[in-house]
Amino acid sequence: MEFGPHLMLAVLEGAVTAAVLALMASGLSLVFGVMRVVNVAHGQFFMLGAVLAWAVSSAVSSALGGGAFGFVAAVLLAPVIAGALAVAADLTVLKRVGYDPERTIVATIGLLYILQQAALMTYGPEARPVAPPFNDRLALPWVAFGPEGPRLIWPWGLSITSYKLFVMGAAAAVLAGLWALMTRTGIGLVMRATQLDRETAQAFGIPVERVYAGVFGLGAALAALAGVLIVPIQQAHYLMGGDALLLSFIVVIIGGLGSLGGTVIAALLIGLSDGIVSVFFSPTLAKILATLLVALVLVFRPEGLRGKAAR
Amino acid sequence: MRGGRIIGLHLGLIAVLFALNFLLPAYSHGTVARVMVLATYAMGYNILFGYTGLLSLGHAMFFAAGMYGLAMPMTHLGLGAGPALLTGIGAAAVLSLGVGLLALRTRGVAFMIVTLMFAQAAWLTILLAGRWTRGDEGVVIPQADRVLLGLDLSDPQTRYLAALALFSAVLFGTLWLVRQPMGRVLVAIRENEDRAELLGYDTFRHKLGAVVLSGTVSGAAGAAYGLFFGYAGASFAETHYSIFPLLWVLLGGAGTVIGPFLGTLFMFYLIDLASGLTPAYMLIAGVALVLLTLFAPQGLAGEIRRRWWRGLP
Amino acid sequence: MPVTKTDAAPRSPARRSAIKTLAAAAAGTASLPLWARYAGAESAAPIRIGFQMHATGIGAAYGRWYDRTTRAALRLINEAGGINGRPVELVTEDDGTDPKRGAEVVEKFASLHRCDVGYGTLFSHVVMGSAPRAGELKLPYFVVSEGHHVASGALNRWTLQPGITDVKSQVLAMAPFVRENLGRKVTMIFPDYAFGHDHRDFFSEAIEAQGGEVVAKLAIPPTETSFTKYFAKIPRETEVIYHVMVGPSVLTFVKEMGEFFGPSRPEIFGFIDSLESVDLQSPGLDFLEGTYFWEGMPRYVQPDQTEFDRHYRAAIGIDENGALAADPSDVSAYAHMFGCWETLYVIKAGMEACGYRGPDDRAALVEAVEAMTEMPLSNEHPQGAKLFNGRTHQVFGPQYISKVENGRLVVQAETPIEAGFYPDEVDYTTQSL
Repeated sequence: MEFGPHLMLAVLEGAVTAAVLALMASGLSLVFGVMRVVNVAHGQFFMLGAVLAWAVSSAVSSALGGGAFGFVAAVLLAPVIAGALAVAADLTVLKRVGYDPERTIVATIGLLYILQQAALMTYGPEARPVAPPFNDRLALPWVAFGPEGPRLIWPWGLSITSYKLFVMGAAAAVLAGLWALMTRTGIGLVMRATQLDRETAQAFGIPVERVYAGVFGLGAALAALAGVLIVPIQQAHYLMGGDALLLSFIVVIIGGLGSLGGTVIAALLIGLSDGIVSVFFSPTLAKILATLLVALVLVFRPEGLRGKAAR
Repeated sequence: MRGGRIIGLHLGLIAVLFALNFLLPAYSHGTVARVMVLATYAMGYNILFGYTGLLSLGHAMFFAAGMYGLAMPMTHLGLGAGPALLTGIGAAAVLSLGVGLLALRTRGVAFMIVTLMFAQAAWLTILLAGRWTRGDEGVVIPQADRVLLGLDLSDPQTRYLAALALFSAVLFGTLWLVRQPMGRVLVAIRENEDRAELLGYDTFRHKLGAVVLSGTVSGAAGAAYGLFFGYAGASFAETHYSIFPLLWVLLGGAGTVIGPFLGTLFMFYLIDLASGLTPAYMLIAGVALVLLTLFAPQGLAGEIRRRWWRGLP
Repeated sequence: MPVTKTDAAPRSPARRSAIKTLAAAAAGTASLPLWARYAGAESAAPIRIGFQMHATGIGAAYGRWYDRTTRAALRLINEAGGINGRPVELVTEDDGTDPKRGAEVVEKFASLHRCDVGYGTLFSHVVMGSAPRAGELKLPYFVVSEGHHVASGALNRWTLQPGITDVKSQVLAMAPFVRENLGRKVTMIFPDYAFGHDHRDFFSEAIEAQGGEVVAKLAIPPTETSFTKYFAKIPRETEVIYHVMVGPSVLTFVKEMGEFFGPSRPEIFGFIDSLESVDLQSPGLDFLEGTYFWEGMPRYVQPDQTEFDRHYRAAIGIDENGALAADPSDVSAYAHMFGCWETLYVIKAGMEACGYRGPDDRAALVEAVEAMTEMPLSNEHPQGAKLFNGRTHQVFGPQYISKVENGRLVVQAETPIEAGFYPDEVDYTTQSL
């Protein structure tokens, strides 16, 4: 493929990765920012979203005879179920260990094992697809400069699908909604107050424990939603949470703790660098270089792109 | 007086492990040998995490550096086991120095992520160098080459005692370290880095020392693992091999000398016994971890320290 | 994984059908008087086969089918009187598809469970991690991995692969077909794993010998979940794409390949590993129509189906589309799992040939298997006639090339055994036992 169209393709693909990553990482960032704990099981809620999407959509499709209903039902139900599960985990375990950072790591590793094994036993070891509600291949044009001036051409292989465009739009809409929730509503104010200073918030009568449970549930729901959106592109598999966790973890720290804007910028940085670097190098070398590039951003800007020093 | 008791406890552990060499049935004998090597890895991790308070998520790269630093020269240059053990340890030392110099510019969670990403890059590099490393499949170190100072390490007795020797050396090394001024400064950094700095200590150099020591011990464990069990593979460089030592140390008790061994042993038998009961053994392991954080938050050795013996190092 | 006997309660989804077959088996054996069932045995103690199963981890989708095939074969073996008049018992341990745990499991078989042999490993890295321990513990270790590790000489005299051909042999047999029927300029896409590197090296060499050429080699890192950006690196002159992927992202890979090329694709030849255990009717796979696959054994029943394939399918409970008869959405790992079946019959034949009595005869068992050569097409070898090479511990057999027609794989060619031959790289029989 020509260099220009190749780069454009890589950027588009990177943008899809970035969209899903931003959604998932915003959930982790919220938990990390407000509660100051690392949820190692966050990737499992992503997996849970994907697996539930398969379960819901195949159940609905067999009841209503296919169509987009299954997918719509999955978008609505899967995040709610995952969120409810997370709230339950918060109330039974995390609350009782007092949100101690180290104990939370071990407890959520335990939770990770439990969710993963439960998925293996009920859903099974296969990767299963969910049919996208729509999936048209859209060939994309490119401007070529010939002897008789610029003209539009349709390069071989340069295309995207309508579903991938939808994923980008949906992620942007949800993130905008989340931003509005955090900055424009009373709930957001309460969350930000808790994030700033837990003791003071408590003194002002904010029910900190309920805020924590809600934030943990919301974080998990966002991961699950990312899982639902990705599953028509990637399929659900019980081990898919691991790498997703690592990536979103990286995004959160690069973005700067608890900064939603930073998280989105970092997701774009990682998604696009992954795509663009792949144009110039062999795939595995590209992965190594993209990883080191992002690590060095952190080394030379330890406080992340935005936000205060990560201590 | 207290010092004597502490030395006695650890000598006692070594003596028990030595006696077990003659008492254990074949399967547990092999298992305890393996656990001692992995506990050495966990002790290396504990130097950085338990005593210095730096949480790394990338120690698998040091373990793998030791393992490949040993296996590559043995496979491709025909180096003997003794010198290869040294190249393995050396590779881990060099890597930990390089990683330390960069990663220590960060603190806290940023340090976790930077180490995680360096380890990810290291793992991918092993795959990229598949021509020499055979990627994920790894390389077998032939039985005939696994002879150290005339001792055949594929022999169960020899392997057990060699593992015990490595384990004891690192155990007493750690014990000695935490009683040195260097060890005290590390604990001071863990408790309050700014204050340690105000008191005039060069915290960066101390932390760098801790990273190099921790990485080198982890690498020694990796090299020994390759030599004792005859295999080096990329799976040992994957992320979950970075999480394991964290888990073992937290389970056993961070910042205790004996904790890493207890945690490693506990985790091994938890999985091994649970897998004999049900195919869903990871479920049991998960529940056990959750219960442990609820009821023994300081880990096993931490619980001993809290309840019975406040002076346990 | 628990220590389970062959007849222990099966695990979910196939439970109903399995219980039915189980009941039939129990009724069959129970109708015989006790003494008649294992008559003539010096000892009625069971022979214990340690099954190293990928029940969890990345290999779990394969592991489930290896388990089903193994249980079906052992049920038949026991119904027919066991081995040397003794019943055969399966001791299953999960290795988590991890080399470290694999080595521990081998130790458990040899030292704790007192197994007679270890058996059943698929993923190459688990084989590599486990084989040294099997050699030290002198436990015959029968792998079903299709890796080239055994025949390359990297392992030891105790490790054998008598039930499935290795990747080198498979690739060598494919090159002439690709060159003659599909095209000359090939782009290879494979995982950046040793398994993928074997494909790259062996196929490049083989296609060049045929007058073809590999114009690009794309090694995909294993963590990758999106592939479109790499397809752009496929040179425009490519006439054939050769793909072999493994892991949970394979479906994405194939689907995105279809979306990338749209209506104008080159010829595509893949190893079914890319879609093993995956329903070809899955959404997004329609573009595979008209593409070619290597198959170890044809998943869909062919017009010239042998009675042996019929017998084999019926025993495991597989329908004509290669899926579980009780649940047609549960598609089997048909191209690989025959290796389990055939390996178990090789173990049986080896034990019978050396009059195997117990662990003291393990060395004799290895020698007995090394002495094997021809394995005719039969109920014991339903995939095809085979030739075992006792020096390299590797079996050789036919390969199948199928084309997707109306969403089914239709066999186009069966390559002869000789097409997969290559010079010996090791002689294990010179090593001491």
